[in-house]
Amino acid sequence: MSGRENILAKIKAIPRESRLLPEIPAFEFPMDHKVAFMLSIQANKGEVITESELKDFIAINRFEKILNLAKGMESLSTQPLPSDAHELNELEVAIIQGQFGVAENGAIWLTDENLGLRALPFITEHLVIVLEEKSLVSNMHEAYQRIGDQPSGFGLFIAGPSKTADIEQSLVIGAHGAKSLRVVLR
Amino acid sequence: MSHPAKASEFLQDAAKAKWHDETLWFVRDKRDTISKTIPEWEELRELASQIKDNVLANLYEYLVQFEEKATANGIQVHWAKDAEEHNQIVLSILQKHQCKAIVKSKSILTEECHLNPFLENSGVEVVDTDLGERIVQFLNQPPSHIVLPAIHLKKRDISELFHEKLHTEKGNEDPAYLTHAARLHLREKFLGAKVAITGVNFGVAETGEFVVCTNEGNADMGVHLADVHIACMGIEKIIPRRKDLGVFLRLLARSATGQPITNYNSHFRSPAQGKEIHIVLVDNGRTDQLAREKFKNSLKCIRCGACMNTCPIYRRSGGYSYGSVVPGPIGSILSPGLDLKKHSSLPFASTLCGSCTDVCPVKINIHEQLYEWRQEITKAQGTNAKSISMKIANGIFAVPFAYKITGAMMRGALKILPDSITYSGLNTWGKQRDLPETPKETFKDWYKKNRS
Ligand code: SF4
Repeated sequence: MSGRENILAKIKAIPRESRLLPEIPAFEFPMDHKVAFMLSIQANKGEVITESELKDFIAINRFEKILNLAKGMESLSTQPLPSDAHELNELEVAIIQGQFGVAENGAIWLTDENLGLRALPFITEHLVIVLEEKSLVSNMHEAYQRIGDQPSGFGLFIAGPSKTADIEQSLVIGAHGAKSLRVVLR
Repeated sequence: MSHPAKASEFLQDAAKAKWHDETLWFVRDKRDTISKTIPEWEELRELASQIKDNVLANLYEYLVQFEEKATANGIQVHWAKDAEEHNQIVLSILQKHQCKAIVKSKSILTEECHLNPFLENSGVEVVDTDLGERIVQFLNQPPSHIVLPAIHLKKRDISELFHEKLHTEKGNEDPAYLTHAARLHLREKFLGAKVAITGVNFGVAETGEFVVCTNEGNADMGVHLADVHIACMGIEKIIPRRKDLGVFLRLLARSATGQPITNYNSHFRSPAQGKEIHIVLVDNGRTDQLAREKFKNSLKCIRCGACMNTCPIYRRSGGYSYGSVVPGPIGSILSPGLDLKKHSSLPFASTLCGSCTDVCPVKINIHEQLYEWRQEITKAQGTNAKSISMKIANGIFAVPFAYKITGAMMRGALKILPDSITYSGLNTWGKQRDLPETPKETFKDWYKKNRS
């Protein structure tokens, strides 16, 4: 008997009771979306900045390897999207358009359509996500309502930079992925 | 070796044991703080519990639906009845791609299946990429906690280890420095791997997608640079609808580490162009547990680790004292189902204080199941001298009314007990420790007072 038949037959043999799937209510969110979102990003060790602060960040650090996929920031790009993600290993800054942000936890939804290459937000040294203020939703329930049945092959919530606390519970930013997250809220 | 004997080993280093205890309590405290910022927290737990009840009642249908959707999305679905079949499936995929080196992100299931030694014996280099897991892998140890794999180690230990393995400066114990060294080391591995393995946090029947949550981003670094992604998933990880993720993602990280969400929450629905995604659905004892009416609820677990962080025994005995892949309270109700004889001391590694049940985001009645296992084990073992201490613990802590009666009496009892029981010489894990201080007021009273 194959693994599949074996497993399914065993499950079928177990007597079962009816347990209803609950509906998920819309929970109220008492805070202003923008204020809450900014606090969340800060708590996750990210930063919310303006467009001009982004330009300063790039200028001060003299970044030269910048890849932009966000609307209206094309002039910042110094290189096009390669066909192979391995070529992004030296990338200093990736600028990506986020679809919407979640106030309660700072999570930002991105899909293949925004990413170009799925590795992009991870392999880059610094990540910048551009987000429209009006796109903010309150909590994760509203977030999934908004995602609906969007059929993207890959989607993800990013809520902060890569981090770890695996050495004595000391928080270190920049484990494997992006060493910083900046959100341009506009 | 039994739990008490191993706990006794852990307690040899008193300073380290104290640090372990306090650090995990700190994590538990963060969980409390953040859960209180969500007015609907208890309602969310109830929802999560009901959704999982529904999953267990309809597992057959959901698995079939998941397979159908995932296949339609271009994911290759495999089924493994046990660890051996799981390992063979993984190996055959690697062989097909002539792959000799893989990267793997945190997956308790692959630990359970002992995938690493199996692959290494077949000539495949396995690199665990979660920092904590890489550390314990260097030491040839399993993780000691399901969320914090290296929580039993101090930075001094890790500094020495990295000096030897990664040639970091001798004596440099700075966590940022050590993490950076690991980053450079693992970056090379990510760039070189053709196949990446991950675990799965949630599989969605409705869409055929699956979700992987990390803070480090290591799962994604691995899979997006590799040509082939193999996701290993226990069959109980299914949830019915995409919107159910809203409930579980709100609960998971808050319960695990006290953060509002993990920094990366990746939803895999179909492979990128020219790449492959495989998913291995694994039973390995889960259907047996599902058939045990009293214990099937343990399959609702989302592996947040909160029950470990809160457990007075886990904190003071360390993950290794359990001798099972999943340690702590949840491990103590899962493992006896896999091997009752080997794990017979685990259900007794508890005060039945019920704290695990109180923090569990999917409301598993953990301490009641511990009590039930004690009955099963006592029945199976009969009476022998070895179990005297268990019986005493059983007699005093485990009488149903003792934990069912409300507050005052039990708290009073705990105050009198420590000397007579924990230092009785029959109870090894109690030898070097005191029972937790009992609160002067009930949580309910405290909460009422402090809530406003
Ligand atoms: S049993 Fe509950 S508290 Fe323990 S790890 Fe599982 S979900 Fe978390």
